[in-house]
Amino acid sequence: MVGKNCFAIACDRRLGVQLQTVATDFQRVFKIHDKLYIGLSGLITDVQTLHQRLQFRHKLYHLREERNMKPATFASLVSSILYEKRFGPYLCQPVIAGLDEDAKPFICAMDSLGAKELAKDFVVGGTASESLYGACESMYKPDMEPEELFEVIAQALLSSVDRDCLSGWGGIVYVVSPDQVIVRTLKGRMD
Amino acid sequence: MGPDSRVLVRKSRKQAQQYFRVYKENIPVLQLVRETAAVMQEFTQSGGVRPFGVSLLVAGYDDNGPQLYQVDPSGSYFSWKASAIGKNVSNAKTFLEKRYTDDMELEDAVHTAILTLKEGFEGQISGKNIEIGVIGTDRIFRVLTPAEIDDYLAEVE
Repeated sequence: MVGKNCFAIACDRRLGVQLQTVATDFQRVFKIHDKLYIGLSGLITDVQTLHQRLQFRHKLYHLREERNMKPATFASLVSSILYEKRFGPYLCQPVIAGLDEDAKPFICAMDSLGAKELAKDFVVGGTASESLYGACESMYKPDMEPEELFEVIAQALLSSVDRDCLSGWGGIVYVVSPDQVIVRTLKGRMD
Repeated sequence: MGPDSRVLVRKSRKQAQQYFRVYKENIPVLQLVRETAAVMQEFTQSGGVRPFGVSLLVAGYDDNGPQLYQVDPSGSYFSWKASAIGKNVSNAKTFLEKRYTDDMELEDAVHTAILTLKEGFEGQISGKNIEIGVIGTDRIFRVLTPAEIDDYLAEVE
């Protein structure tokens, strides 16, 4: 979700195989660099592989170009990596959030083939995505300060995952501003 | 050598386009220079091939501003504020050392380039026997038409 010169990215913590919950502390939002985060939902093996590949690509980019990747550039990179596997795709839906050099927030979601969905307000992904669209649409307002943004995104996440049996067991929220990152863990219905 | 340069230009264009396909961003000048230089170095170490018989001057405009690099057949590359290669290179470089300033406008730079060329030029210089390419803050590379070159030549006189 986009705020005023800041963004927030959140995920739930359940890792399950259909009805069985395997882990309740799984992290699916990853940091690429200080001002760029990616959330990956879907098949966990692909989540892990994609995260490793993207981290590899970014580190190599950083060594060669001696600077961090811009969020829009990273989104293009993710899109082309996903499309490489067009006929045997990674079963992952990325959500990318970052701050540009001039502290302008950038968010983008993708399907598993790499089709980019740019938005100015919020993007969602995962099994509870339809619920999330509804919750975000009703709770979102533009130009929120970090504190208020945190409240809104946390409430949107918790209320949506409560309606989805495959999501839940709390949440993690990252609120990123130009000068700091605040990470908070949410305690919701632990079922 | 002409044909060698054509091969390098083709390779560089392909590399630049491949970069754009992945990142949807134009390739930074230094990255293109690095990749081209790597190709040239390969040909000094592989079997059954010979080094490229060309030196390249690569000029471009990216997020770090305008840049100029020289790439040699060995594969080493150097960053320059002003440089010359080819025939008459030592005279040209001496001339540039005297004439170059950091705060030149594009027009002044073209004039300086023309004067540098004139130094060692045999015969009558005109829009038909020299080529000038420019790139400004608009980041669009243009080769000047013979008519435009003749205008600049008239200004220089």
